[in-house]
Amino acid sequence: MDAILLQLLNGLDKGSAYALIALGLTLIFGTLGVVNFAHGAIFMIGAFCAVTLSKIFSLSHLASEPSGTDFLGKPKYDDVLYIKEWFGESAGAWMLDWSVPLSILFAIPVMIAIGFIMERGLIKHFYKRPHADQILVTFGLAIVLQEVIKYFYGANPIPTAAPEAFRGSFDFGVLLGFDPNAIIYPYWRLIYFAFSAVIIGGVFAFLQFTTFGMVVRAGMADRETVGLLGINIDKRFTIMFGIAAAVAGLAGVMYAPINSPNYHMGMDFLVLSFVVVVVGGMGSLPGAVLAGFLLGILESFASMNEVKNILPGIDQIIIYVVAIIILLTRPRGLMGRKGVMEE
Amino acid sequence: MSFSNLTRRGLMKTGAVAGAGLALPTYLSAASHSGFTNAPQGDTVTLGFNVPQSGPYADEGADELRAFELAVEHLNGGGDGGMLQTFSSKALEGNGIMGKKVQFVTGDTQTKSDAARASAQSMIQKDGAIMISGGSSSGVAVAVQGLCQEAGVIFMAGLTHSNDTTGKDKKANGFRHFFNAYMSAAALAPVLKNLYGDDRKVYSLTADYTWGWTQQESIQAATEAMGWETINDVRTPLAATDFSSYIAPVLNSGADVLVLNHYGGNMVNSLTNAVQFGLRDKQVNGKNFEIVVPLYSELMARGAGKNIAGIVGSQNWDWKLEDQLGARYTGTNAFVQSFGTKYGFPPSQAAQTCYAQTLLYADAVARAGSFNPCAVVEALEGFEFDGLGNGPTLYRAGDHQCFKDVVVVKGKENPENEYDLVEIVEATPAEQVTYDVDHPMFAGGELGNCNPGA
Repeated sequence: MDAILLQLLNGLDKGSAYALIALGLTLIFGTLGVVNFAHGAIFMIGAFCAVTLSKIFSLSHLASEPSGTDFLGKPKYDDVLYIKEWFGESAGAWMLDWSVPLSILFAIPVMIAIGFIMERGLIKHFYKRPHADQILVTFGLAIVLQEVIKYFYGANPIPTAAPEAFRGSFDFGVLLGFDPNAIIYPYWRLIYFAFSAVIIGGVFAFLQFTTFGMVVRAGMADRETVGLLGINIDKRFTIMFGIAAAVAGLAGVMYAPINSPNYHMGMDFLVLSFVVVVVGGMGSLPGAVLAGFLLGILESFASMNEVKNILPGIDQIIIYVVAIIILLTRPRGLMGRKGVMEE
Repeated sequence: MSFSNLTRRGLMKTGAVAGAGLALPTYLSAASHSGFTNAPQGDTVTLGFNVPQSGPYADEGADELRAFELAVEHLNGGGDGGMLQTFSSKALEGNGIMGKKVQFVTGDTQTKSDAARASAQSMIQKDGAIMISGGSSSGVAVAVQGLCQEAGVIFMAGLTHSNDTTGKDKKANGFRHFFNAYMSAAALAPVLKNLYGDDRKVYSLTADYTWGWTQQESIQAATEAMGWETINDVRTPLAATDFSSYIAPVLNSGADVLVLNHYGGNMVNSLTNAVQFGLRDKQVNGKNFEIVVPLYSELMARGAGKNIAGIVGSQNWDWKLEDQLGARYTGTNAFVQSFGTKYGFPPSQAAQTCYAQTLLYADAVARAGSFNPCAVVEALEGFEFDGLGNGPTLYRAGDHQCFKDVVVVKGKENPENEYDLVEIVEATPAEQVTYDVDHPMFAGGELGNCNPGA
């Protein structure tokens, strides 16, 4: 039982990342009709926003006096952090420790700007082109973004720690009447799940309860009619692209302490996220979220030794097996709308 | 009436066969003069350095390339000479190799076997490389070694740790200076027993490919021989990034040791996940829970950050060896000095093995008095040397594997900088990690005969 609960938590945690990326993909597809293969790269850039802020906070100059000798026997000068000089020892240390949560503030404008630039600079030229062209150009863009990040940050993963206060684990077992340490789960993963829930709720609330969201939803349903009413739907869709980029970027920022960011992490998520979108139903936001959590949980359960003993290798194919079954029984996905991708 | 059977079709066939016969060995054309592939013409000789310049091991590849450049500089008489000063063999004179200036070409393995073979083939055929070296993956090493055997050039392997490279996939034209999975396990077992006792229950996660399998087999055999029990081994997909669902079952498995047979990004992520799940702080069976990573690299330690603290593993070499363990590891400081002066930071073990391999090849040519691969093979087989940083070393004739001390390391609790992440626990003597050529873990392949390519 404790193993099942642990895998359920794992599934919700994995599902959070899938759902956030798939949500952004669906927003872009639903509004602009673009199949964006660069979305994984946006997630990766979000994680590197956290790395970047951490590096900015770690900027330093050399001390004036040597503290010893380096590996070549030459005088060694310690690094003195600017942040500690400017804000004081304790405030500087706090900022460095909390660099990942603080990166959220840094990442939102950066990711929205990147989204705008991508949409205005490249993707808008492919709106009327076939989906195959869109996939090729956005996939190419993803590779370019990857290589740019690798050029500046290297190919090696960069450890990016959560704040000290959230580095331990929470003992769920005690809460549920199990023995101590039976079900422990890392604080930061729980925070990631809660953060995802807030972001997903925020996006739905924005679309549901604001005039802007109402227009966007109307545009998703019937773009031409909304245009005929004199509403500049293109401008709103561009803003939605920026919001979708920010959602993926924030998913990346908060993911940085879970696994050390590397230039390839976007690609690792991209394929799975597309499966999530297809299983959820192309263009369906609730479908993307539902499928994200569903596939995350199934993937976690498939990794259990008890399951692998019966079906060896199932952990590697479970998502695709489920995708095939769902698409055979519900060709539009779990919550797909009629007419989307069916012309 | 004609007595000739020559028809138009027959003439074309004959012409085609003759043409193909003449054109066939384009890259062996040089060999036709001297009996081996890419015999150096003029006053230069070309070496091919095949390293990952893109992909997940690009940083490791960059360090290998730095070491190769340094080795070529030293061979040509530039710089401070590095380990040429300490190398026990004195056949090299700083005037290139046998008076021919060394030049090099590079290829990108991308850490993919097919890409690595293609780049090696290009360097052999188009650039006339007479020796191929480098790489950061056993899959790549095995693939490129096979190609070099077919093409008739020498392969001096870079970072490859699978038993198979000098085991079932060994080739007469291939040589490995780097240690292997069996040696890691043989070196680690006694240290683990000292540190953690002889009554432990092991749960291992293993990367599902050739290196992972041989590493797991080796460490399981070595730890079980000293009394530990392996309660589960779980294969994890090479493409996995989040290991939480593989780590979670460890919590209540009854195991008190987790062995991570992972390398590169896999290891960084699995170790990070294991620490996040509190395994380092856990008590099981009345003992502290421990994590072991049999193969370490400095770049992996850097990626894992603070999570590497206290984790035991093994290395082929460490830049602090001579300072900490004395003159037995002479050459280390000379190399660190050269590399550090040129690049500003200490070399990695990947850099050291590539530098050593280049010198060893050049020295073998000089001692043999020929670039002929078969002469080089003969010079390297059974060659005993010292002064390249690893202590006294033997290039065993039976499998072309180097036998030398293995460095057991532990992640530092309070590293002073990003290049000082591990502390040396001990250097396990070569005798303790030596095995028979026909050891079951290395069985299944034949070295075969050297191929000069002509």
